[in-house]
Amino acid sequence: MTPLLQVKGLTKRYGARIGCTAVNFDLFPGEVMGIVGESGSGKSTLLNCLAGHLEADAGSVVFDTRAEGPRDLRAMSEPERRMLSRTDWAFVHQNPRDGLRMGVSAGGNVGERLMAVGARHYGGIRAQALDWLDRVEIDADRIDDRPTAFSGGMQQRLQIARNLVTGPRLVFMDEPTGGLDVSVQARLLDLLRGLVREMGLSAVIVTHDLAVVRLLAHRLMVMKSGQVVEAGLTDQVLDDPQHGYTQLLVSSVLQV
Amino acid sequence: MSDYNFAYLDEQTKRMIRRAILKALAVPGYQVPFASREMPMPYGWGTGGVQVSAACLVPEDRLKVIDQGADDTTNAVSIRRFFEKTAGVATTTKTTEATLIQTRHRIPEEPLTRDQILVYQVPIPEPLRFLEPRETETRKMHSLEEYGLVHVKLYEDIARHGQIATSYAYPVKVEGRYVMDPSPIPKFDNPKLESEAIQLFGAGREQRIYALPPYCHVVSLDFEDHPFVASKADHACDLCGSNSTYLDEVIVDDAGGRMFVCSDTDYCEGRRAAGHLGRLAAPLGQENAA
Amino acid sequence: MIEITALSKNFVLHNQGGAVIPVMRDAALAVARGECVALTGASGAGKSTLMRMVYGNYLANAGVIRVGDLDVAQAAPRQIIALRRDTLGYVSQFLRVVPRVPTLDVVAEPLLALGHERAAALARARDLLGRLNIPQRLWSLSPTTFSGGEQQRVNIARGFAHTYPALLLDEPTASLDAANRELVLTLIEEAKARGAAILGIFHDEAARARVCDRVVDVSGFTPGMIN
Repeated sequence: MTPLLQVKGLTKRYGARIGCTAVNFDLFPGEVMGIVGESGSGKSTLLNCLAGHLEADAGSVVFDTRAEGPRDLRAMSEPERRMLSRTDWAFVHQNPRDGLRMGVSAGGNVGERLMAVGARHYGGIRAQALDWLDRVEIDADRIDDRPTAFSGGMQQRLQIARNLVTGPRLVFMDEPTGGLDVSVQARLLDLLRGLVREMGLSAVIVTHDLAVVRLLAHRLMVMKSGQVVEAGLTDQVLDDPQHGYTQLLVSSVLQV
Repeated sequence: MSDYNFAYLDEQTKRMIRRAILKALAVPGYQVPFASREMPMPYGWGTGGVQVSAACLVPEDRLKVIDQGADDTTNAVSIRRFFEKTAGVATTTKTTEATLIQTRHRIPEEPLTRDQILVYQVPIPEPLRFLEPRETETRKMHSLEEYGLVHVKLYEDIARHGQIATSYAYPVKVEGRYVMDPSPIPKFDNPKLESEAIQLFGAGREQRIYALPPYCHVVSLDFEDHPFVASKADHACDLCGSNSTYLDEVIVDDAGGRMFVCSDTDYCEGRRAAGHLGRLAAPLGQENAA
Repeated sequence: MIEITALSKNFVLHNQGGAVIPVMRDAALAVARGECVALTGASGAGKSTLMRMVYGNYLANAGVIRVGDLDVAQAAPRQIIALRRDTLGYVSQFLRVVPRVPTLDVVAEPLLALGHERAAALARARDLLGRLNIPQRLWSLSPTTFSGGEQQRVNIARGFAHTYPALLLDEPTASLDAANRELVLTLIEEAKARGAAILGIFHDEAARARVCDRVVDVSGFTPGMIN
């Protein structure tokens, strides 16, 4: 089996400061990988380098494209990269406002990616939008409402629907449950887990919430000061951490 | 002849504008930046169109200027006078006699010919502007042909109004490549964008020139199940009786009385001169007697 | 099916002066298909640690843990994930699930993860929950709100949903009443009968005597005093 994503020696510097350095990993189809670490540990930098939002200084990110097999994203042209990010990739932002068009109805938000890849049948676009609203548990009669009229949890679910409507294979998530109430978080986690399983998605999830990665991620990378200090099976890293920083992180979690 | 250089602008400026026009004709629908000059009229009054016209005019030209289809509105009259004064060219109100027509918000009803140039005054040249406010981003979207957002706007129209409610400045795709704003012409005029004449678009404040060369392929964007319709008011002209022209609605009293008349005044007069009469028309020349 | 040789493990506490705590030394045992082996030993002797190492939850420092064809001690995370999905089941004492997910889905999940049809997976879940006397009105509720005994039975139903060739059972009959204990023991016997290799911790001596073929005392693998 070919990895969907192969990352080798990925490094990003901000002048003299290190964003992330020498990151290596493979992500296989259907796998969910969590990246944890405190603020400033480089996890968001890494995610943005992977998703092409930031240009890395060194290393390679090889994605297994549908048409041409494995290709290095850094050697790809911008149109190709942007096409990938509209079709095979999805990016779920922590703040749904960053990932939604707030002035466009829920149906238009979900339909945008379809129209971007050439859908030109209004009825068909609307039917797909309705299907996706249903899958993320948003009532059909909200389809023409703008996201400004939605609660935070609904906005986040709408963002997910908007991202997944083109059937991507790789989803990047930046603190997907970050700004949500605990009760809403649980519902979202269950939804994400179901979608990952049903669609065979691969995902890279950045979070500082260890409970979220335990439930969602198969594998876990722990970052500190731009470096990956530990990686492995999620429950193994959390239950039998090998690195001092991970031990500190795990033992610092408040128990309910 | 006045003390102005021919057609007001100096020769170097006209050369610069002509280069932009040539580039625009070579890449149909692409917005070419140009160094727009201060003109002796406020932005919004056609400074872009005037500069393009000035760069195209030659002494033998016969100029027609229309505003919303009419030759006798303030904007049209003052621009016509401007070029009479600064270029000394002949002017006309007859579409068929004109060699260069500057227009705001309409395309004449009479089909244009290969000997004519149509110059549009453009307020906002960027068709994606209201969807994406960042210029850097809209340029990238044009260069990468990322036009899904235009359809999002049309989708929103249908979702809210049951049909595509955009009725003017209706976006078109030119030669299968660039999405273009045809300036605020009614969508009724969109089919006329495929023409024998050269069509030039000038935006003075935004410093952009774009163009449609003759016989260029122009498609109004739509959905398969909501096709583009070049709609107009469902009436005949009350003066000339035409069923196939774009109409203005005119309120005639304060009791709800109204009439529909051709927005293209020259075309309407021509029909009446040929003997066509509408519902409310007196024979030509006797309007005041009625 | 499960074969452990020369297995050792230390805990290193980096934040407490790098203290090294050896917890397992030269562990060895084997469980054949259709066999049930119980781990015994005093509390703290390392029964749970050994179980967790077999499941890949704790890292081994040395030795071999062969489950089927895979050496868990050396395996890559994705190999362990695959092993857990189709070969190695685990019934722990604790139920760890996404809050608000209905019990029926919790039990069906291992089957859905294997790609079974949703209807078939749910039918199997209903069957197991019915057998384990979880009242039907609770099936649509999240098990996080259940009593200890109910949670334990949901855990067992989940562990037995798929017919794993190898099973790890951590006190499966704890906090169960006599009738439910009997049901669980029957499930274990059925699993043995179909050829599953079972490694378990049973504090319930009568249960251990009934289902286990052998007993391995882990005290033999416990290193001497803490250095």
